[in-house]
Amino acid sequence: VTEPGNDLAWIDAALTSARPQALAALLRYFRDLDIAEEAYQEACLRALKTWPQNGPPRDPTAWLVLVGRNVAIDATRQKSRQAPLPEHDIAAEGDAEADMAERLDEQHYRDDVLRLLFICCHPDLPATQQIALALRIVSGLNVEQIARAFLVSESAMEQRITRAKSRIAHAAVAFEAPGAVERAERLAAVAAMIYLVFNEGYSASHDGAAMRQALADEAIRLARLLLRLFSAEPEIMGLTALLLLQHARSPARFDTDGAVVLLEDQDRTAWNQAMITEGLALIDKAMRHRRRGPYQVQAAIAALHARAARPEDTDWRQIDLLYAALEELTPSPVVTLNRAVAVAKLRGPAAALDMIEPLARPLVGYFHFFGLKGGLLKQLGRNEEARVAFDRAIALANTAAEAAHIRQHLDQLAKEATVAGAKIARDGAKI
Amino acid sequence: VLYAFLCYNDEAAVCAWSKDEEAAVMAKLGTVTEKLTREGRLGPVARLVPTTAATTLRKDGDPPLVIDGPFAETKEQLLGFFVIDCTSLEHALETARELGRANPGGSYEIRPILNFWPGSAGA
Repeated sequence: VTEPGNDLAWIDAALTSARPQALAALLRYFRDLDIAEEAYQEACLRALKTWPQNGPPRDPTAWLVLVGRNVAIDATRQKSRQAPLPEHDIAAEGDAEADMAERLDEQHYRDDVLRLLFICCHPDLPATQQIALALRIVSGLNVEQIARAFLVSESAMEQRITRAKSRIAHAAVAFEAPGAVERAERLAAVAAMIYLVFNEGYSASHDGAAMRQALADEAIRLARLLLRLFSAEPEIMGLTALLLLQHARSPARFDTDGAVVLLEDQDRTAWNQAMITEGLALIDKAMRHRRRGPYQVQAAIAALHARAARPEDTDWRQIDLLYAALEELTPSPVVTLNRAVAVAKLRGPAAALDMIEPLARPLVGYFHFFGLKGGLLKQLGRNEEARVAFDRAIALANTAAEAAHIRQHLDQLAKEATVAGAKIARDGAKI
Repeated sequence: VLYAFLCYNDEAAVCAWSKDEEAAVMAKLGTVTEKLTREGRLGPVARLVPTTAATTLRKDGDPPLVIDGPFAETKEQLLGFFVIDCTSLEHALETARELGRANPGGSYEIRPILNFWPGSAGA
């Protein structure tokens, strides 16, 4: 019989899930990220040594905080040349665990974890550094894994993280419990950062399926963590729902050649039903609060797609209304561009084309603008203009998968041109 | 006698399982439940959506209070459960209030079921 404590996979999962809270509590205690990280590392090493023998502690997070704190305090004492202390009796530390767990009540954990996440989204840090830092510090991915996600060398990523860390070391982040306004601001910044992590995995500049999956999973884990701590925040419900509903489609988003498959052409039976169930439940919960926000609206749009068994069942009227709401909440040319997709379904490609015409200037370097424009022109039979738009889209494609998708359109246009040419030749021959 | 087996575990840790780990656990469980099915002993089995999707109705007040999140009190114990088909969370809350009027006090934690196998034991 295998005791749970002897199962190394269990320990691994416990350490991974305990990391954000344990590290965040250590950071509050030491107010220094490097010391907190070292203390946490050391506590993990001890966990790997003692948990298989003694079985798992009742509260792994509290155990790690307590052991990590003692280890770091000992190290500081030894450094300050006091008499070296005897190694702690770890079995005895278990007794203090319940007491510790009580002191680390939920309120503390909440603000600790929020602070740890918030440190990673310092406004001076560019988005890519925020993501790298969050993956390194909060998620505990190693530098090699993160470097692979960003397609850079390990040393380049090491440098990037070190630079970002030194920048935040000088930034003053309050360690006192935040007030309501500050807490709300931190929550909004952290939610945006989690969405960045997700998007990096979902759509951005790399083609590795495994990494896409890892980043999206990590973002969902962080969103769930945040929601567990702030369980009555409708926007955090919305964010978590949005990530789940979008990620549910990932098994159907690419064809066997690696080209992007558009929503309406996806095999809906391949969508992850468990994620859809959870996402729909969360958006249902959020709506009860009647406090509209951008994540909830986007999740509601994703929910309408998820609820449609076939593309023709999609409630485009409702989607158009939701995009109109989103335009009000967060006006941006990209939102209008997305709305145009719904408008094309409701009122035809010409209406959608009119709608996106004013976006040509702000979205001059945006792949999706030219992809949609080409698609609409093609539907209208304006093939030559469509070809020009698709050519521009290919030049702007961020990934090989995007380019491959546009190439399929161009191939179709070329084929139609050949058929039309042959027809003209045939008709000509008849005369 | 029909026994209920209530599954408790650290949700964050279970959510941190990789796809392979999840599949391995499910496969091992599958061999046990297959045997129980052959013996005609397996009743309904349900896996719930994570607690972040839970809503709790405290039915000791009037009107009952709706709280986001799972049931968190330690002074009350799990005494039983219903499985009821509902069209939405609002519908589920309405049903819970109806049950609460019949049996006031305590709470109902309302959580969607992710997978449901009706089973045959006790049918």
